[in-house]
Amino acid sequence: MTKYLLTVDYNGGVIETPMTEWAPEEIKAHMDYYGALNQELTDSGELVEQQALTGPELAKVVSSDGGTAPVVTDGPFAEFKEMLAGYQLVDVESEDRAIEIAAKVSRVPGPGGMPLQQPIGVRLVMDDSDFELLTPEL
Amino acid sequence: MRGAPHNEDLLRELAPQVLGVLVRRSSDFDAAEDAVQEALLSAARHWPEEGTPDNPRGWLIQTSSRKLLDHMRSEKARRRRESLAAVREPPAGESTGPPSRDDTLTVLFMCCHPSLTAASAIALTLRAIGGLTTAEIASAFLVPEATMAQRISRAKQRIKASDVPFGMPTRAEWTQRLRSVLHALYLIFNEGYASSAGDDLHRVELSSEAIRLTRMVHRMLPDDSEVAGLLALMLLTDARRPARTDADGELIALDEQDRTLWDRQLIAEGVALIDGAVTKGAVGEYQLQAAIAALHVRAARVEHTDWPQILALYGLLERMTGNPVVSLNRAIAAAMVHGPAEGLTLLGALDERLPRHYRLDAVRAHLFEMVGDVEAAVKHYRAAASRTTSVPEQRYLTKRAARLRAGLDAKDVKNSTQGPSTD
Repeated sequence: MTKYLLTVDYNGGVIETPMTEWAPEEIKAHMDYYGALNQELTDSGELVEQQALTGPELAKVVSSDGGTAPVVTDGPFAEFKEMLAGYQLVDVESEDRAIEIAAKVSRVPGPGGMPLQQPIGVRLVMDDSDFELLTPEL
Repeated sequence: MRGAPHNEDLLRELAPQVLGVLVRRSSDFDAAEDAVQEALLSAARHWPEEGTPDNPRGWLIQTSSRKLLDHMRSEKARRRRESLAAVREPPAGESTGPPSRDDTLTVLFMCCHPSLTAASAIALTLRAIGGLTTAEIASAFLVPEATMAQRISRAKQRIKASDVPFGMPTRAEWTQRLRSVLHALYLIFNEGYASSAGDDLHRVELSSEAIRLTRMVHRMLPDDSEVAGLLALMLLTDARRPARTDADGELIALDEQDRTLWDRQLIAEGVALIDGAVTKGAVGEYQLQAAIAALHVRAARVEHTDWPQILALYGLLERMTGNPVVSLNRAIAAAMVHGPAEGLTLLGALDERLPRHYRLDAVRAHLFEMVGDVEAAVKHYRAAASRTTSVPEQRYLTKRAARLRAGLDAKDVKNSTQGPSTD
């Protein structure tokens, strides 16, 4: 099993309309889709963790030189659309399966039930494996 | 882990035997497995205070049968009435009879059934055969307990759905079914061995558990030379563990390990096992891997390594498995026998079979280092470091590139990074 981090940014995909302007039933359909997907991943024993993040309004940037007090600012951040909005950590059999799940996230329904087609990042998580068993000569 | 060490060993030894008895009676692997887990927990709670019962196996069978009965009652499922009757009336004398070796093996074959994914088979084996709790297994694989519980439950459902009869595999399917079992044990060992550098003391020692389970299978199938081969491979690999990392947990390559740190006792046992196994004929891949490991540990100094023999064994293994990683290892052995240029030529044929694989880059880097082409070696070490999924390997490869870059002699760096206090 391998862990993958699936990331989603504040990128509405093919839909420009912000969610606050969707019809209530469209928002519900969107949330229900996520709920059902997470339930499916929980039932299959693949979901390790999932979180949604607050937006730029509550975000900080911290930098420190180790001597003076850390510098804390309200930015600058990457463009809003490129900022991390949430993630799912899944533990799956193969990269194909990770991609399959990412595709399901990407096609979450938006206004009129249209798939948002959000771009989903698929990142392989590092582990502490060791090649000696398979390649003892190294 | 639960309970006093003595009780714990006893409980885990008895767990699969008790499960075998229950499955045989109820034909409900899923419910029986849950019932045995509950009985184990109950034993871990009560035995330390009340003393270990005279017949611990009988106690566990009785307790888990009662739990299973409770479960079936609460289910109120009509279709289960039949098995209920079977549980209520155990055949006389069975619960105090001698432990059945076959039941443990049969349960193991079920847990590693080919209809399960490797990950499911491993989780189920650790719980049903290893007697580990779901929490322990989850922590070993670094996932939440709920995730692991779900995985185990799904595995049991799949077994139920596949309608596997509870019994030993037939003669016709024996080899394939045993291969699934050995593969699962190998993966458990691999997982544990890999995490040996981890600093989480609470992680269950999966490699020790894999060795314990493989010893058990070896006791039950003493004439199977592949089982012996796998056990030997685990012991010979585990023997090198003390020399595998330095005081900071950084990896040390085989040719730079302090061989006096290797575990002589494990080596003696592993070598005896593999020597005994290969004389029995029917050489398999685990025996070949163990034979190679034995040649490495037999060399008191790296320059005494019998590379021609290792090269020959990799040749056999390559023909047997067709595994490109084996071809990769053979290229290293060929480089040691015929020179690095020969090794690099062999690697050329692997680009298509192992596309963008970091091990190919790592081996290429080693061979370029041997040739003295520092520039190419650095380039490939860096490529390997950027593609590995392993943190300790990435550190190792990055360091290797850095020290070549710095133009340092490998031995100087080894001395300064390893320090005087590795043992």
